[in-house]
Amino acid sequence: MSGFFVNAALISLLTLIAFLAVRLHRLFAVVMLSGAFSLVAATLFVVLDAVDVAFTEAAVGAGISTILALATLSLVPVNEKTHGFAIVPAFLAFATAAMLAVAVADLPAFGDVNAPIHNHVAPDYLQGSAEDIAIPNVVTSVLASYRGFDTLGETVVVFTAAIAVLLVLGGWTRRKQDGEDDNAR
Amino acid sequence: MSNLIAHWNYFLVIALMMIGFYAVIARGNMVKKMVGLTIFQTSVFMLYISMGKVANGTAPILTGDATTLYANPLPHVLILTAIVVGVATTAVGYALIIRVYESYGTIEDDELIKIIEAEDNAEAHDA
Amino acid sequence: MQDDVVIRVIAKVMIPAVMLFALYVQFHGDYGPGGGFQAGVVFAAAFVLNAMIFGLNRGRHAWPAHLNLLAICGGVLLYGLTGVASMLLGANYLDYDVLGATPQSGQHNGILLVEFGVGLTVASVMVALFFTFAGRLTHIRLMAKMQAQEDAAQKKTKRKTKRTKKRAGK
Repeated sequence: MSGFFVNAALISLLTLIAFLAVRLHRLFAVVMLSGAFSLVAATLFVVLDAVDVAFTEAAVGAGISTILALATLSLVPVNEKTHGFAIVPAFLAFATAAMLAVAVADLPAFGDVNAPIHNHVAPDYLQGSAEDIAIPNVVTSVLASYRGFDTLGETVVVFTAAIAVLLVLGGWTRRKQDGEDDNAR
Repeated sequence: MSNLIAHWNYFLVIALMMIGFYAVIARGNMVKKMVGLTIFQTSVFMLYISMGKVANGTAPILTGDATTLYANPLPHVLILTAIVVGVATTAVGYALIIRVYESYGTIEDDELIKIIEAEDNAEAHDA
Repeated sequence: MQDDVVIRVIAKVMIPAVMLFALYVQFHGDYGPGGGFQAGVVFAAAFVLNAMIFGLNRGRHAWPAHLNLLAICGGVLLYGLTGVASMLLGANYLDYDVLGATPQSGQHNGILLVEFGVGLTVASVMVALFFTFAGRLTHIRLMAKMQAQEDAAQKKTKRKTKRTKKRAGK
């Protein structure tokens, strides 16, 4: 029962932070609220027994994402144009929520130990991590060994993002060739 | 009704998702859209991690005790990948926002559309 | 920010501690929460803190640009080449069993190498992203200065050609 209250309290705090982030016009406050959102989400992940995910969300969401947003804010205007309440997007959001709620109602109960997801490959991973790989952290063994190809793809995605940002913002210029216009941005 | 109680966590997370979704489609400022996208992504992660939770379970780090219940490690792995991919797309998004501001002088959607239409009309006029 | 004594002293104490913690998270990812991604981001945070407090120039000296590019590519290469090493030893791509004396130690070696590659790439990418974003203002000012210099040089040559034409016409 205490789990219910902790979960509900954290998610209520998250809802408040998200609502404020949408309502405010000063972008600095919005960015800091998004950092706070990531940090409280990391706490929620710890409560949901996902410690690796919490670590990554705190480091990446509350750290890097906030820093990049603040660096962007130093280069663009810091106030949003005032907007009213938009009816059609709100209706769309409500309709999507209704569809999702209908779909989610089919899922097994929250925390059910007999859910199909827990009887598929998870027991093999837990057992294999103890015997074949001999590593206590099952998430690391699944990430690096059982699902190693996915992690290779993920590393390449991070690499590609770096290349993309360096190309867009890196300040590299085309060398002037004879008879051609200088296209240095 | 019992379904509502058994799935309360999922419904709350869907409400969060929709707040982020509203920010993406209803607000014109690009930085606000990116923040809304971040909120939306994180709520989706919460939905998946909620699916992996086992009642009376603990974090999936083996303790050597044969009777402990562990949370399902598979959603954790998938969401770890998703978080990193999310920050990669966020970084590229912010870089593009900076370039758009440098080229057009605004990061509001409606002003941007007006400027681009004016440029197109000027081109059509010249052509 | 380096004029403030408190911030300067705390940063100087914290930056090595943060880097050490990042290495701890990297190599103890097998026994506790952690791994390549988390360690990479925490390691980058130390360098970002350094650049924020002591200035971008000193920050760039701590992590040079060419080394940055090498590290980004090196991490991905390390990951890929671990798989190739498995193939050279006779097993499938990214099959770590053959990388050690026993399958368990082979798995351990493989996971260590692979996570280190991931950590290296993620750390260098985060630092590169920060310096690209933060250095944009300097880049814009530099470009504006170069453009102004070019305009001044063009004006000068235009005036010169006008003068020579006038003299030739006389």
